[in-house]
Amino acid sequence: MSETTLVTQQVINGLSLGGMYALLALGFTLVYGIIELINFAHFNVFMIGSFIGMWVLQAFGLSGQSVLLTGLPLIGALLAALVVSMFGSGVLGVAIEKYTLRPLRGATGSAGGTIGMITTIGVSYILFNVILLGFGADTKNFPNPLPTIRFHVEGANLDLRVILIWVVSIVLMVGLWLFVQKSRLGKAMRAVAQDAEAARMMGVDVDRAIIMAFFWGSALAGAAGLIFGLYYNFTSFLIGYTAGLRAFTAAVLGGIGNIPGAMLGGLIIGLIESLGGQFIAVKWTDVIIFAILVFVLVLKPTGLLGTMAPSKS
Amino acid sequence: MLLEFRDVDTYYGDLHVLKQVNYSIDNGEIVCLLGGNASGKSTTMKTIMGVVRPKRGSVVFDGEPIEQLPTSERVRRGIAPVLEARRLFPRMTVYENLEMGAYLRQPGPELEEDIERVYELFPRVKERRSQLAGTLSGGEQQMVAIGRALMARPRLICMDEPSMGLAPIFVEQTFEIIQEINRRGTTIFMVEQNANMALTVAHRAYVLQTGQVVLSGSAKELRENPLIREAYLGEMQVAH
Repeated sequence: MSETTLVTQQVINGLSLGGMYALLALGFTLVYGIIELINFAHFNVFMIGSFIGMWVLQAFGLSGQSVLLTGLPLIGALLAALVVSMFGSGVLGVAIEKYTLRPLRGATGSAGGTIGMITTIGVSYILFNVILLGFGADTKNFPNPLPTIRFHVEGANLDLRVILIWVVSIVLMVGLWLFVQKSRLGKAMRAVAQDAEAARMMGVDVDRAIIMAFFWGSALAGAAGLIFGLYYNFTSFLIGYTAGLRAFTAAVLGGIGNIPGAMLGGLIIGLIESLGGQFIAVKWTDVIIFAILVFVLVLKPTGLLGTMAPSKS
Repeated sequence: MLLEFRDVDTYYGDLHVLKQVNYSIDNGEIVCLLGGNASGKSTTMKTIMGVVRPKRGSVVFDGEPIEQLPTSERVRRGIAPVLEARRLFPRMTVYENLEMGAYLRQPGPELEEDIERVYELFPRVKERRSQLAGTLSGGEQQMVAIGRALMARPRLICMDEPSMGLAPIFVEQTFEIIQEINRRGTTIFMVEQNANMALTVAHRAYVLQTGQVVLSGSAKELRENPLIREAYLGEMQVAH
């Protein structure tokens, strides 16, 4: 393969991974933006989202490489998997906020700080072990129900699967952006993120705005979980830590709390992973990612597009 | 009577901040609350808005006790705040800040009309409408903060230190606007350090000292009270 082909191929791969990381990073950023909490449970909400997606596809009789369904039924099955894994993950995120984090918050709605963060680490372990003990440590084959349709760009392969991943990522990101920018509830979320007490005095239900951030952040993690499975053709109880950590890095790199920042950070991490893996070595991927992160944070502590100072006065 | 405090005691933990406080504010008045640091002025505002709840006593708005109601319900009934240091949403546009003021109202043409009315009151705010609120000057932010409160169509506006941090020209302008809003029918209760200015525009005033009302009366009376002249007005004259 020529150099151009290799680069093109890795850019295609990187954009797919980047879309997934961006969706996942958005969950970190939405929650941090609103209550200044790093939600480590998000790692394993993503992992469970991936399992939910797998179960839904299996419920349609899809497993392994089987191309059982075509046309509309296939689209229906995929949409069902997307909606159910998003909804399931969203509800899980809301439950985490409602039952483990809200009791820690003061009446003013500010975050539980370190206590909240430690709590999310604990919740993360619980989710991890529930899946490990309930469904075993073995790697699960993720159904790959899509027919192999392949386009060629500069000699590189562009699968139907990849195009689908791009479309889903873009639609969800644009949708989230419009929700946060234009809708009444989205504006209330931004207001709470910028000044919770002032928002409360405008009549905003602060708890509801926080729940929305957890719901949509976790729902996007569910979508990312499904994308992970379709992209790699497997899922496992371990994926939360590998992909989750990179997505968290993406959120920090882009500027935690900043929505376009999370998207940009996700794409950058995706591209570094694929291009770095090709042209340097896969084993160096994490080193490169974290080296870039440190470099950016030294130059600009708020991240690439971030505005949030480390703590509000 | 629009707003009444009946023997209100408010605590922060063990700290007794408001001690058996009584206020009564009539429809159409401008009432000013004077007092030094840590006298309980801001706590009064927080007790009205429901950010803190009194331990004893009652807060009555329009004939009904509201001390147990959540903040949103108080806003719905017609109380809007202009917060200390403005507290705009810095990364939202001026227009969006105004929209947030009307958060509990139905969106529609009426809302647009009210935004136009704010623009009419503050032509400067109209010029700045698509700018992020955090980029405005202090005086401009004050206009947006007042505009934001008006967007709720309140019956009572509670202002916490409207003159704080403003250049003298904006202080004067702010008090003119306060009078104008009052003339259009909104009752105003404000906490203010600038006693000189506040007693010029207010009808009545209360003086708070370490959580207790030590003096109250018409603004004219208080301006002539030797205690006030020494403690508040004299201080202001030295400062100028």
